[in-house]
Amino acid sequence: MTSLVVVSCGPGTSIQDRGRFGYQRFGLGPAGAMDRVSMARANLLVGNAPDTAAVEMAVLGARFKVEGGRLRLALVGAGGQMKVDGDALAPMTSVTVEPGQDIEVGSVRAGFFMYLAVSGGFDIKPQLGSRALHSRGRVGGIGGRACQPGDRLPVAAADIKGPELAAPEPRSSSRDEPIRVMLGPQADFFTERGIATFLSEQYTITTQTDRMGIRLAGPPIEHNEKGFNIVSDGIATGSIQVPGTGEPLVQLADRGTTGGYPKIATVISADHSRIAQLTSGTKIRFTAVTRAIAVEAARKQVAELASYKASLRPVGSLDLSSERLLALELNEGWGERNC
Amino acid sequence: MSVHSEPKFLDAGDAALVIEFGDSIDPMLNARVLALDAAVRAAAIPGVVETVPTYRSLMVQVDPLVFDYDAFVSHARTMIAGLDVASVHGRRWRVPVVYGGEFGIDLEDVAERHKMTASDVIDIHSSGLYRVYMIGFMPGYTYLGGLDPRIATSRRLNPRLMTPEGTVSIGGIQALVAGCAMPSGWHLLGRTPAITFMAQRDPATLFEPGDEIVFNPIDASKWDKLRRDAEHGDPIVELIPA
Repeated sequence: MTSLVVVSCGPGTSIQDRGRFGYQRFGLGPAGAMDRVSMARANLLVGNAPDTAAVEMAVLGARFKVEGGRLRLALVGAGGQMKVDGDALAPMTSVTVEPGQDIEVGSVRAGFFMYLAVSGGFDIKPQLGSRALHSRGRVGGIGGRACQPGDRLPVAAADIKGPELAAPEPRSSSRDEPIRVMLGPQADFFTERGIATFLSEQYTITTQTDRMGIRLAGPPIEHNEKGFNIVSDGIATGSIQVPGTGEPLVQLADRGTTGGYPKIATVISADHSRIAQLTSGTKIRFTAVTRAIAVEAARKQVAELASYKASLRPVGSLDLSSERLLALELNEGWGERNC
Repeated sequence: MSVHSEPKFLDAGDAALVIEFGDSIDPMLNARVLALDAAVRAAAIPGVVETVPTYRSLMVQVDPLVFDYDAFVSHARTMIAGLDVASVHGRRWRVPVVYGGEFGIDLEDVAERHKMTASDVIDIHSSGLYRVYMIGFMPGYTYLGGLDPRIATSRRLNPRLMTPEGTVSIGGIQALVAGCAMPSGWHLLGRTPAITFMAQRDPATLFEPGDEIVFNPIDASKWDKLRRDAEHGDPIVELIPA
Protein backbone atom coordinates (compact mmCIF):
# COMPACT_ATOMS: atom_id res chain seq x y z
CA MET A 1 0.00 0.00 0.00
CA THR A 2 1.33 3.38 -1.01
CA SER A 3 0.69 6.14 1.49
CA LEU A 4 1.30 9.79 1.97
CA VAL A 5 2.39 10.16 5.58
CA VAL A 6 1.69 13.44 7.34
CA VAL A 7 4.90 14.44 9.13
CA SER A 8 3.67 17.85 10.25
CA CYS A 9 0.75 20.08 9.33
CA GLY A 10 -1.29 23.07 10.39
CA PRO A 11 -4.68 22.71 12.11
CA GLY A 12 -6.54 23.58 8.91
CA THR A 13 -5.33 20.55 6.98
CA SER A 14 -8.13 18.24 5.86
CA ILE A 15 -9.32 15.91 3.15
CA GLN A 16 -11.82 17.67 0.89
CA ASP A 17 -13.60 16.91 -2.34
CA ARG A 18 -16.59 18.45 -4.02
CA GLY A 19 -18.63 18.09 -0.86
CA ARG A 20 -21.50 16.03 0.44
CA PHE A 21 -25.02 16.56 -0.81
CA GLY A 22 -28.37 15.27 0.39
CA TYR A 23 -27.94 15.80 4.13
CA GLN A 24 -28.62 19.50 4.56
CA ARG A 25 -32.18 18.53 5.50
CA PHE A 26 -30.60 16.95 8.59
CA GLY A 27 -28.39 19.93 9.34
CA LEU A 28 -25.23 18.58 7.75
CA GLY A 29 -23.81 21.18 5.39
CA PRO A 30 -21.92 20.19 2.24
CA ALA A 31 -18.34 21.00 3.34
CA GLY A 32 -16.02 20.36 0.36
CA ALA A 33 -13.10 22.33 -1.06
CA MET A 34 -13.26 26.06 -0.36
CA ASP A 35 -11.56 26.74 -3.70
CA ARG A 36 -12.88 24.09 -6.05
CA VAL A 37 -11.09 25.66 -9.01
CA SER A 38 -7.64 25.24 -7.47
CA MET A 39 -8.47 21.73 -6.30
CA ALA A 40 -9.65 20.86 -9.82
CA ARG A 41 -6.43 22.23 -11.36
CA ALA A 42 -4.29 20.21 -8.95
CA ASN A 43 -6.29 17.08 -9.78
CA LEU A 44 -6.06 17.63 -13.55
CA LEU A 45 -2.27 18.00 -13.25
CA VAL A 46 -2.05 14.48 -11.84
CA GLY A 47 -4.58 12.98 -14.26
CA ASN A 48 -7.51 12.80 -11.85
CA ALA A 49 -11.13 13.82 -12.31
CA PRO A 50 -11.44 17.44 -11.10
CA ASP A 51 -13.43 16.69 -7.93
CA THR A 52 -11.21 13.86 -6.65
CA ALA A 53 -10.46 14.19 -2.92
CA ALA A 54 -7.30 16.17 -2.15
CA VAL A 55 -5.53 17.56 0.91
CA GLU A 56 -6.67 21.12 1.65
CA MET A 57 -4.24 23.25 3.65
CA ALA A 58 -5.36 26.55 5.20
CA VAL A 59 -2.64 29.21 5.50
CA LEU A 60 0.05 26.91 6.90
CA GLY A 61 1.88 24.35 4.81
CA ALA A 62 2.71 20.79 5.77
CA ARG A 63 5.38 18.16 5.47
CA PHE A 64 4.79 14.70 4.05
CA LYS A 65 6.75 11.54 3.43
CA VAL A 66 6.00 8.91 0.82
CA GLU A 67 5.74 5.27 1.90
CA GLY A 68 5.36 2.04 -0.02
CA GLY A 69 5.51 3.14 -3.66
CA ARG A 70 5.91 6.06 -6.04
CA LEU A 71 3.35 8.82 -6.18
CA ARG A 72 2.54 11.66 -8.47
CA LEU A 73 1.60 14.93 -6.79
CA ALA A 74 0.62 18.47 -7.67
CA LEU A 75 0.04 21.53 -5.50
CA VAL A 76 -2.21 24.39 -6.58
CA GLY A 77 -3.68 27.41 -4.80
CA ALA A 78 -2.75 30.50 -2.81
CA GLY A 79 0.69 30.73 -4.41
CA GLY A 80 1.77 27.69 -2.44
CA GLN A 81 5.09 26.13 -3.27
CA MET A 82 6.20 22.53 -2.92
CA LYS A 83 9.72 21.23 -2.40
CA VAL A 84 10.82 17.65 -2.89
CA ASP A 85 13.95 16.84 -0.88
CA GLY A 86 14.55 20.56 -0.70
CA ASP A 87 14.22 21.29 -4.42
CA ALA A 88 11.50 23.78 -5.27
CA LEU A 89 9.11 22.81 -8.08
CA ALA A 90 7.91 25.17 -10.76
CA PRO A 91 4.32 26.23 -10.07
CA MET A 92 1.54 24.41 -11.90
CA THR A 93 3.48 21.20 -12.48
CA SER A 94 3.10 17.63 -11.28
CA VAL A 95 5.97 15.65 -9.87
CA THR A 96 6.74 11.98 -9.29
CA VAL A 97 7.98 11.22 -5.80
CA GLU A 98 9.78 8.07 -4.64
CA PRO A 99 9.30 6.27 -1.31
CA GLY A 100 11.27 7.97 1.43
CA GLN A 101 11.34 11.36 -0.26
CA ASP A 102 10.46 14.42 1.74
CA ILE A 103 7.68 16.73 0.52
CA GLU A 104 7.47 20.17 1.99
CA VAL A 105 4.61 22.54 1.30
CA GLY A 106 5.35 26.13 2.31
CA SER A 107 2.83 28.52 3.81
CA VAL A 108 0.45 30.40 1.55
CA ARG A 109 1.88 33.39 -0.24
CA ALA A 110 -1.22 34.90 -1.80
CA GLY A 111 -4.44 33.43 -0.54
CA PHE A 112 -5.89 31.11 2.05
CA PHE A 113 -6.18 27.56 0.73
CA MET A 114 -3.78 25.19 -1.06
CA TYR A 115 -4.59 21.79 -2.55
CA LEU A 116 -2.31 18.80 -2.78
CA ALA A 117 -3.65 16.23 -5.24
CA VAL A 118 -2.28 12.74 -5.72
CA SER A 119 -2.68 10.51 -8.80
CA GLY A 120 -5.46 8.03 -8.15
CA GLY A 121 -6.79 9.97 -5.20
CA PHE A 122 -6.92 8.85 -1.59
CA ASP A 123 -8.15 5.37 -0.84
CA ILE A 124 -10.29 6.52 2.06
CA LYS A 125 -13.84 5.23 2.42
CA PRO A 126 -16.38 7.95 1.65
CA GLN A 127 -18.84 8.70 4.43
CA LEU A 128 -22.40 9.60 3.39
CA GLY A 129 -21.20 9.83 -0.18
CA SER A 130 -18.14 12.04 0.22
CA ARG A 131 -14.64 12.09 1.68
CA ALA A 132 -14.87 15.78 2.60
CA LEU A 133 -14.34 16.57 6.27
CA HIS A 134 -17.22 18.34 8.02
CA SER A 135 -15.46 19.01 11.30
CA ARG A 136 -18.42 19.94 13.52
CA GLY A 137 -20.38 16.96 12.27
CA ARG A 138 -17.29 14.75 12.61
CA VAL A 139 -18.06 13.29 9.20
CA GLY A 140 -15.57 12.40 6.47
CA GLY A 141 -11.88 13.31 6.59
CA ILE A 142 -9.71 10.96 8.64
CA GLY A 143 -12.27 9.19 10.84
CA GLY A 144 -14.29 12.39 11.22
CA ARG A 145 -11.38 14.71 11.91
CA ALA A 146 -8.74 16.88 10.26
CA CYS A 147 -5.30 15.56 9.31
CA GLN A 148 -2.75 15.19 12.10
CA PRO A 149 0.96 14.41 12.14
CA GLY A 150 1.39 10.64 11.94
CA ASP A 151 -1.65 10.06 9.73
CA ARG A 152 -1.06 7.66 6.84
CA LEU A 153 -3.21 8.70 3.91
CA PRO A 154 -3.59 5.60 1.72
CA VAL A 155 -3.36 6.34 -1.99
CA ALA A 156 -5.40 4.44 -4.58
CA ALA A 157 -3.49 2.62 -7.31
CA ALA A 158 -2.88 4.81 -10.35
CA ASP A 159 -1.05 4.59 -13.64
CA ILE A 160 1.74 7.16 -13.42
CA LYS A 161 3.85 5.90 -16.31
CA GLY A 162 2.89 8.92 -18.44
CA PRO A 163 4.79 12.18 -18.31
CA GLU A 164 4.55 14.70 -15.52
CA LEU A 165 2.38 17.61 -16.64
CA ALA A 166 2.66 21.36 -16.60
CA ALA A 167 0.10 24.07 -17.29
CA PRO A 168 1.39 26.32 -20.08
CA GLU A 169 -0.87 29.32 -19.90
CA PRO A 170 -1.13 31.63 -16.95
CA ARG A 171 -4.72 31.95 -15.90
CA SER A 172 -6.41 35.26 -16.29
CA SER A 173 -6.62 37.15 -13.06
CA SER A 174 -9.91 38.56 -11.88
CA ARG A 175 -8.69 39.47 -8.42
CA ASP A 176 -9.64 43.10 -8.43
CA GLU A 177 -13.05 42.71 -10.01
CA PRO A 178 -16.03 43.03 -7.68
CA ILE A 179 -17.57 39.92 -6.16
CA ARG A 180 -20.75 39.17 -8.07
CA VAL A 181 -23.96 38.58 -6.15
CA MET A 182 -27.61 37.99 -6.83
CA LEU A 183 -29.81 40.02 -4.49
CA GLY A 184 -32.12 38.04 -2.19
CA PRO A 185 -33.63 36.02 -0.63
CA GLN A 186 -34.31 38.75 1.97
CA ALA A 187 -33.26 41.93 0.18
CA ASP A 188 -36.69 43.25 1.24
CA PHE A 189 -35.43 43.47 4.86
CA PHE A 190 -33.19 46.41 3.92
CA THR A 191 -33.79 50.04 3.10
CA GLU A 192 -32.95 51.39 -0.32
CA ARG A 193 -30.04 53.10 1.31
CA GLY A 194 -28.95 49.82 2.89
CA ILE A 195 -28.87 48.09 -0.50
CA ALA A 196 -26.99 51.06 -1.99
CA THR A 197 -24.42 50.91 0.83
CA PHE A 198 -23.91 47.19 0.25
CA LEU A 199 -23.41 47.62 -3.50
CA SER A 200 -21.27 50.75 -3.48
CA GLU A 201 -19.03 50.68 -0.40
CA GLN A 202 -15.84 48.74 0.21
CA TYR A 203 -15.79 45.90 2.72
CA THR A 204 -12.69 44.49 4.37
CA ILE A 205 -12.09 40.80 5.03
CA THR A 206 -11.53 40.42 8.79
CA THR A 207 -9.48 37.83 10.65
CA GLN A 208 -12.76 36.13 11.62
CA THR A 209 -12.63 34.04 8.52
CA ASP A 210 -12.58 30.28 8.24
CA ARG A 211 -14.26 27.39 6.44
CA MET A 212 -17.63 28.43 7.86
CA GLY A 213 -17.52 31.89 6.41
CA ILE A 214 -16.13 35.38 6.19
CA ARG A 215 -16.98 38.25 8.51
CA LEU A 216 -16.65 41.57 6.71
CA ALA A 217 -15.99 45.00 8.19
CA GLY A 218 -17.35 48.15 6.59
CA PRO A 219 -20.19 50.63 6.56
CA PRO A 220 -23.26 49.17 8.32
CA ILE A 221 -26.06 48.06 6.01
CA GLU A 222 -29.37 49.54 7.11
CA HIS A 223 -32.23 47.15 7.84
CA ASN A 224 -35.77 48.42 7.38
CA GLU A 225 -38.58 48.29 9.93
CA LYS A 226 -38.81 44.48 9.65
CA GLY A 227 -35.65 44.22 11.75
CA PHE A 228 -32.89 41.66 11.68
CA ASN A 229 -34.53 38.52 13.01
CA ILE A 230 -36.29 36.13 10.70
CA VAL A 231 -37.87 32.76 11.35
CA SER A 232 -34.90 30.55 10.41
CA ASP A 233 -34.73 29.46 6.81
CA GLY A 234 -32.22 27.84 4.48
CA ILE A 235 -28.70 29.12 3.92
CA ALA A 236 -26.90 28.50 0.63
CA THR A 237 -23.17 28.60 0.01
CA GLY A 238 -22.44 32.27 -0.63
CA SER A 239 -25.41 33.56 1.40
CA ILE A 240 -24.65 37.00 2.81
CA GLN A 241 -26.32 37.44 6.19
CA VAL A 242 -26.59 40.85 7.79
CA PRO A 243 -26.97 40.65 11.59
CA GLY A 244 -27.92 43.58 13.80
CA THR A 245 -24.46 45.14 13.57
CA GLY A 246 -25.11 45.75 9.86
CA GLU A 247 -21.81 44.15 8.90
CA PRO A 248 -22.16 41.27 6.46
CA LEU A 249 -21.26 37.62 6.97
CA VAL A 250 -20.59 35.47 3.90
CA GLN A 251 -21.50 31.83 4.48
CA LEU A 252 -19.17 29.24 2.94
CA ALA A 253 -18.60 25.48 2.77
CA ASP A 254 -18.89 24.60 6.50
CA ARG A 255 -21.86 26.95 7.02
CA GLY A 256 -24.91 26.11 9.04
CA THR A 257 -27.76 24.90 6.84
CA THR A 258 -30.27 27.35 8.33
CA GLY A 259 -30.05 30.69 10.06
CA GLY A 260 -32.07 33.51 11.54
CA TYR A 261 -30.54 36.67 10.07
CA PRO A 262 -31.87 38.18 6.85
CA LYS A 263 -29.74 37.51 3.78
CA ILE A 264 -29.31 40.51 1.53
CA ALA A 265 -27.71 38.62 -1.35
CA THR A 266 -25.89 35.47 -2.42
CA VAL A 267 -22.43 35.29 -3.98
CA ILE A 268 -22.80 33.58 -7.38
CA SER A 269 -21.29 30.12 -7.65
CA ALA A 270 -18.57 31.21 -10.11
CA ASP A 271 -17.13 33.53 -7.43
CA HIS A 272 -17.15 31.10 -4.48
CA SER A 273 -13.58 29.96 -5.06
CA ARG A 274 -12.33 33.52 -5.48
CA ILE A 275 -13.93 34.92 -2.31
CA ALA A 276 -12.76 31.91 -0.28
CA GLN A 277 -9.14 32.76 -1.14
CA LEU A 278 -9.31 36.35 0.10
CA THR A 279 -7.15 37.04 3.13
CA SER A 280 -7.76 39.42 6.01
CA GLY A 281 -7.25 43.04 5.14
CA THR A 282 -8.33 42.59 1.53
CA LYS A 283 -10.90 45.15 0.42
CA ILE A 284 -13.73 44.03 -1.80
CA ARG A 285 -16.81 45.41 -3.49
CA PHE A 286 -20.01 43.68 -4.48
CA THR A 287 -21.92 44.03 -7.71
CA ALA A 288 -25.41 42.71 -8.40
CA VAL A 289 -25.99 40.51 -11.44
CA THR A 290 -28.96 38.67 -12.92
CA ARG A 291 -29.50 34.94 -12.82
CA ALA A 292 -28.65 34.77 -16.54
CA ILE A 293 -25.27 36.38 -15.96
CA ALA A 294 -24.59 34.16 -12.95
CA VAL A 295 -25.38 31.00 -14.94
CA GLU A 296 -23.24 32.23 -17.84
CA ALA A 297 -20.34 32.80 -15.39
CA ALA A 298 -20.76 29.26 -14.07
CA ARG A 299 -20.60 27.93 -17.66
CA LYS A 300 -17.52 30.00 -18.35
CA GLN A 301 -15.80 28.59 -15.28
CA VAL A 302 -16.41 25.04 -16.50
CA ALA A 303 -15.16 25.98 -19.98
CA GLU A 304 -12.00 27.52 -18.51
CA LEU A 305 -11.29 24.34 -16.61
CA ALA A 306 -11.74 22.32 -19.81
CA SER A 307 -9.32 24.56 -21.68
CA TYR A 308 -6.86 24.33 -18.77
CA LYS A 309 -7.05 20.54 -19.03
CA ALA A 310 -6.57 20.64 -22.80
CA SER A 311 -3.55 22.91 -22.40
CA LEU A 312 -1.58 20.59 -20.10
CA ARG A 313 1.73 19.48 -21.64
CA PRO A 314 4.54 17.20 -20.49
CA VAL A 315 6.99 18.97 -18.20
CA GLY A 316 10.04 20.03 -20.24
CA SER A 317 8.12 20.38 -23.48
CA LEU A 318 7.13 23.88 -22.50
CA ASP A 319 9.28 26.91 -22.77
CA LEU A 320 9.86 27.33 -19.07
CA SER A 321 11.95 30.41 -19.50
CA SER A 322 12.59 32.67 -16.59
CA GLU A 323 10.10 35.16 -18.05
CA ARG A 324 7.45 32.50 -18.18
CA LEU A 325 8.09 31.38 -14.64
CA LEU A 326 7.95 34.97 -13.59
CA ALA A 327 4.68 35.41 -15.42
CA LEU A 328 3.25 32.37 -13.67
CA GLU A 329 4.40 33.65 -10.34
CA LEU A 330 3.02 37.09 -10.94
CA ASN A 331 -0.21 35.63 -12.09
CA GLU A 332 -0.43 33.56 -8.96
CA GLY A 333 0.13 36.76 -7.07
CA TRP A 334 3.11 35.42 -5.17
CA GLY A 335 4.46 37.76 -2.59
CA GLU A 336 1.99 40.47 -3.47
CA ARG A 337 -0.17 40.33 -0.42
CA ASN A 338 0.02 39.60 3.24
CA CYS A 339 -1.39 36.34 4.41
CA MET B 1 -45.97 37.16 10.82
CA SER B 2 -48.20 35.55 8.31
CA VAL B 3 -48.87 32.94 5.70
CA HIS B 4 -48.48 34.23 2.14
CA SER B 5 -51.57 33.93 -0.06
CA GLU B 6 -49.27 32.71 -2.84
CA PRO B 7 -45.87 31.17 -2.08
CA LYS B 8 -42.98 33.45 -3.00
CA PHE B 9 -40.08 32.30 -5.18
CA LEU B 10 -36.96 33.94 -3.78
CA ASP B 11 -33.48 33.97 -5.32
CA ALA B 12 -30.67 32.44 -3.28
CA GLY B 13 -27.98 32.75 -5.94
CA ASP B 14 -27.67 30.70 -9.11
CA ALA B 15 -27.25 27.47 -7.17
CA ALA B 16 -30.33 27.70 -4.93
CA LEU B 17 -33.80 29.15 -4.66
CA VAL B 18 -36.29 29.42 -1.83
CA ILE B 19 -40.01 28.79 -2.01
CA GLU B 20 -41.45 30.68 0.95
CA PHE B 21 -44.95 29.88 2.22
CA GLY B 22 -44.95 32.43 5.03
CA ASP B 23 -42.91 33.84 7.86
CA SER B 24 -44.50 32.30 10.93
CA ILE B 25 -44.11 29.15 13.01
CA ASP B 26 -47.30 27.32 12.19
CA PRO B 27 -47.91 23.56 11.83
CA MET B 28 -50.13 23.92 8.74
CA LEU B 29 -47.60 26.13 7.00
CA ASN B 30 -44.81 23.70 7.88
CA ALA B 31 -46.94 20.79 6.62
CA ARG B 32 -47.23 22.53 3.22
CA VAL B 33 -43.44 22.94 3.12
CA LEU B 34 -43.01 19.24 3.82
CA ALA B 35 -45.63 18.25 1.24
CA LEU B 36 -43.84 20.30 -1.43
CA ASP B 37 -40.52 18.84 -0.32
CA ALA B 38 -41.91 15.33 -0.86
CA ALA B 39 -43.37 16.31 -4.25
CA VAL B 40 -40.14 17.90 -5.52
CA ARG B 41 -38.08 14.92 -4.42
CA ALA B 42 -40.49 12.46 -6.03
CA ALA B 43 -40.43 14.43 -9.29
CA ALA B 44 -36.65 13.84 -9.68
CA ILE B 45 -36.19 17.09 -11.60
CA PRO B 46 -32.96 17.42 -13.59
CA GLY B 47 -30.52 19.80 -11.89
CA VAL B 48 -32.12 19.60 -8.44
CA VAL B 49 -29.31 18.58 -6.08
CA GLU B 50 -31.18 18.51 -2.79
CA THR B 51 -34.01 20.15 -0.89
CA VAL B 52 -33.89 21.73 2.56
CA PRO B 53 -37.25 22.08 4.31
CA THR B 54 -37.36 24.71 7.07
CA TYR B 55 -40.08 26.08 9.34
CA ARG B 56 -41.72 28.01 6.57
CA SER B 57 -39.91 27.56 3.29
CA LEU B 58 -38.24 25.04 1.04
CA MET B 59 -34.73 25.74 -0.17
CA VAL B 60 -33.93 23.93 -3.40
CA GLN B 61 -30.27 23.56 -4.17
CA VAL B 62 -29.52 23.17 -7.87
CA ASP B 63 -26.76 22.66 -10.40
CA PRO B 64 -27.06 25.89 -12.40
CA LEU B 65 -25.58 24.24 -15.51
CA VAL B 66 -28.40 21.72 -15.71
CA PHE B 67 -31.33 23.37 -13.93
CA ASP B 68 -34.04 25.13 -15.96
CA TYR B 69 -35.29 27.85 -13.61
CA ASP B 70 -38.38 28.94 -15.55
CA ALA B 71 -39.55 25.40 -16.18
CA PHE B 72 -39.07 24.59 -12.50
CA VAL B 73 -41.09 27.59 -11.30
CA SER B 74 -44.06 26.64 -13.43
CA HIS B 75 -43.75 22.97 -12.45
CA ALA B 76 -43.51 23.94 -8.76
CA ARG B 77 -46.61 26.16 -9.03
CA THR B 78 -48.54 23.18 -10.38
CA MET B 79 -47.24 21.01 -7.56
CA ILE B 80 -48.17 23.64 -4.97
CA ALA B 81 -51.72 23.90 -6.38
CA GLY B 82 -52.15 20.17 -5.89
CA LEU B 83 -50.41 19.75 -2.53
CA ASP B 84 -51.90 17.06 -0.35
CA VAL B 85 -50.97 18.11 3.14
CA ALA B 86 -52.75 15.08 4.62
CA SER B 87 -50.30 12.81 2.80
CA VAL B 88 -47.44 13.87 5.05
CA HIS B 89 -47.29 11.62 8.08
CA GLY B 90 -44.70 12.01 10.76
CA ARG B 91 -43.77 9.40 13.31
CA ARG B 92 -43.92 9.86 17.07
CA TRP B 93 -40.90 9.22 19.28
CA ARG B 94 -40.33 8.95 23.01
CA VAL B 95 -36.98 10.49 23.84
CA PRO B 96 -35.23 9.87 27.19
CA VAL B 97 -33.96 12.95 29.02
CA VAL B 98 -32.01 13.41 32.22
CA TYR B 99 -33.24 16.73 33.61
CA GLY B 100 -31.36 19.15 35.83
CA GLY B 101 -28.07 18.94 37.65
CA GLU B 102 -25.03 18.79 35.40
CA PHE B 103 -27.30 17.61 32.58
CA GLY B 104 -29.50 20.70 32.64
CA ILE B 105 -27.72 23.52 34.38
CA ASP B 106 -30.48 26.09 33.77
CA LEU B 107 -33.38 24.05 35.15
CA GLU B 108 -33.39 25.74 38.58
CA ASP B 109 -33.03 29.17 37.05
CA VAL B 110 -35.93 28.62 34.65
CA ALA B 111 -38.05 27.36 37.56
CA GLU B 112 -37.19 30.45 39.59
CA ARG B 113 -38.03 32.80 36.72
CA HIS B 114 -41.48 31.26 36.42
CA LYS B 115 -41.93 31.00 40.19
CA MET B 116 -42.32 27.24 40.16
CA THR B 117 -40.30 24.25 41.29
CA ALA B 118 -37.82 22.38 39.14
CA SER B 119 -40.10 19.39 39.14
CA ASP B 120 -42.96 21.59 37.87
CA VAL B 121 -40.77 22.60 34.94
CA ILE B 122 -39.88 18.95 34.26
CA ASP B 123 -43.55 17.96 34.44
CA ILE B 124 -44.60 20.71 32.05
CA HIS B 125 -41.72 20.15 29.62
CA SER B 126 -42.12 16.36 29.58
CA SER B 127 -45.90 16.37 29.22
CA GLY B 128 -45.84 18.34 25.98
CA LEU B 129 -46.17 16.94 22.47
CA TYR B 130 -43.60 18.59 20.23
CA ARG B 131 -43.54 18.90 16.46
CA VAL B 132 -40.21 18.63 14.63
CA TYR B 133 -40.43 21.73 12.44
CA MET B 134 -36.95 21.61 11.11
CA ILE B 135 -33.58 19.95 11.42
CA GLY B 136 -31.04 22.58 10.59
CA PHE B 137 -28.11 24.78 11.41
CA MET B 138 -25.75 21.98 12.45
CA PRO B 139 -26.05 18.18 12.16
CA GLY B 140 -29.04 16.81 14.06
CA TYR B 141 -30.14 20.18 15.47
CA THR B 142 -33.83 19.41 15.98
CA TYR B 143 -36.07 22.49 16.26
CA LEU B 144 -39.33 21.83 18.05
CA GLY B 145 -42.61 23.66 18.43
CA GLY B 146 -45.18 22.95 21.08
CA LEU B 147 -43.53 24.31 24.20
CA ASP B 148 -46.05 25.08 26.94
CA PRO B 149 -46.20 28.91 27.17
CA ARG B 150 -46.02 28.62 30.97
CA ILE B 151 -42.30 27.85 30.68
CA ALA B 152 -41.48 29.93 27.58
CA THR B 153 -38.28 31.79 28.48
CA SER B 154 -36.54 34.45 26.44
CA ARG B 155 -32.98 33.65 25.45
CA ARG B 156 -29.96 34.34 27.63
CA LEU B 157 -28.28 37.71 27.17
CA ASN B 158 -24.89 36.04 27.18
CA PRO B 159 -24.81 32.93 25.04
CA ARG B 160 -22.71 30.09 26.43
CA LEU B 161 -19.58 29.48 24.41
CA MET B 162 -20.15 25.74 24.40
CA THR B 163 -23.08 23.48 25.20
CA PRO B 164 -22.89 19.69 24.91
CA GLU B 165 -24.29 17.52 22.16
CA GLY B 166 -27.68 16.08 23.17
CA THR B 167 -28.66 19.19 25.10
CA VAL B 168 -32.42 19.63 25.50
CA SER B 169 -33.07 23.34 25.77
CA ILE B 170 -35.71 26.04 25.39
CA GLY B 171 -35.48 29.51 23.86
CA GLY B 172 -38.54 31.76 23.68
CA ILE B 173 -41.45 29.53 22.67
CA GLN B 174 -39.20 27.02 20.95
CA ALA B 175 -37.56 23.83 22.17
CA LEU B 176 -34.48 22.13 20.81
CA VAL B 177 -32.49 18.94 20.88
CA ALA B 178 -28.90 19.78 19.95
CA GLY B 179 -27.19 17.42 17.55
CA CYS B 180 -23.67 18.55 18.29
CA ALA B 181 -21.70 20.69 20.72
CA MET B 182 -22.18 24.38 19.87
CA PRO B 183 -22.40 27.80 21.48
CA SER B 184 -25.98 28.54 22.57
CA GLY B 185 -28.06 31.24 24.19
CA TRP B 186 -30.90 28.86 25.03
CA HIS B 187 -31.73 27.51 28.50
CA LEU B 188 -30.43 24.02 29.18
CA LEU B 189 -33.08 21.90 30.91
CA GLY B 190 -31.57 18.47 30.39
CA ARG B 191 -29.70 16.18 28.10
CA THR B 192 -30.69 13.13 26.11
CA PRO B 193 -28.29 10.22 25.72
CA ALA B 194 -29.75 9.74 22.21
CA ILE B 195 -27.58 10.90 19.33
CA THR B 196 -29.75 12.69 16.78
CA PHE B 197 -27.19 12.56 13.97
CA MET B 198 -24.51 9.93 13.66
CA ALA B 199 -22.83 9.37 10.32
CA GLN B 200 -21.77 5.80 11.16
CA ARG B 201 -25.35 4.73 11.94
CA ASP B 202 -27.91 3.80 9.31
CA PRO B 203 -30.00 5.87 9.15
CA ALA B 204 -27.69 8.65 10.26
CA THR B 205 -30.61 10.75 11.49
CA LEU B 206 -33.14 9.79 14.17
CA PHE B 207 -35.82 12.33 13.34
CA GLU B 208 -37.34 13.86 10.23
CA PRO B 209 -39.19 17.13 9.92
CA GLY B 210 -42.89 16.48 10.62
CA ASP B 211 -42.18 13.88 13.31
CA GLU B 212 -43.48 14.32 16.85
CA ILE B 213 -41.54 13.98 20.07
CA VAL B 214 -42.43 13.39 23.70
CA PHE B 215 -39.76 13.59 26.37
CA ASN B 216 -39.44 10.85 28.94
CA PRO B 217 -37.67 11.90 32.16
CA ILE B 218 -35.12 9.29 33.24
CA ASP B 219 -32.88 9.01 36.25
CA ALA B 220 -29.24 10.09 35.93
CA SER B 221 -28.21 6.57 36.96
CA LYS B 222 -29.46 5.32 33.57
CA TRP B 223 -27.29 7.74 31.62
CA ASP B 224 -24.10 5.71 31.28
CA LYS B 225 -25.68 2.57 29.85
CA LEU B 226 -28.01 4.40 27.46
CA ARG B 227 -25.24 6.66 26.26
CA ARG B 228 -22.98 3.67 25.63
CA ASP B 229 -25.76 1.95 23.68
CA ALA B 230 -26.29 5.14 21.65
CA GLU B 231 -22.61 5.42 20.88
CA HIS B 232 -22.74 1.86 19.55
CA GLY B 233 -25.48 2.86 17.13
CA ASP B 234 -28.62 1.98 19.12
CA PRO B 235 -31.21 4.72 18.49
CA ILE B 236 -32.50 4.36 22.14
CA VAL B 237 -35.52 6.48 21.19
CA GLU B 238 -38.79 4.61 21.11
CA LEU B 239 -41.31 4.69 18.28
CA ILE B 240 -44.76 5.07 19.83
CA PRO B 241 -48.26 5.15 18.31
CA ALA B 242 -49.30 8.60 17.14
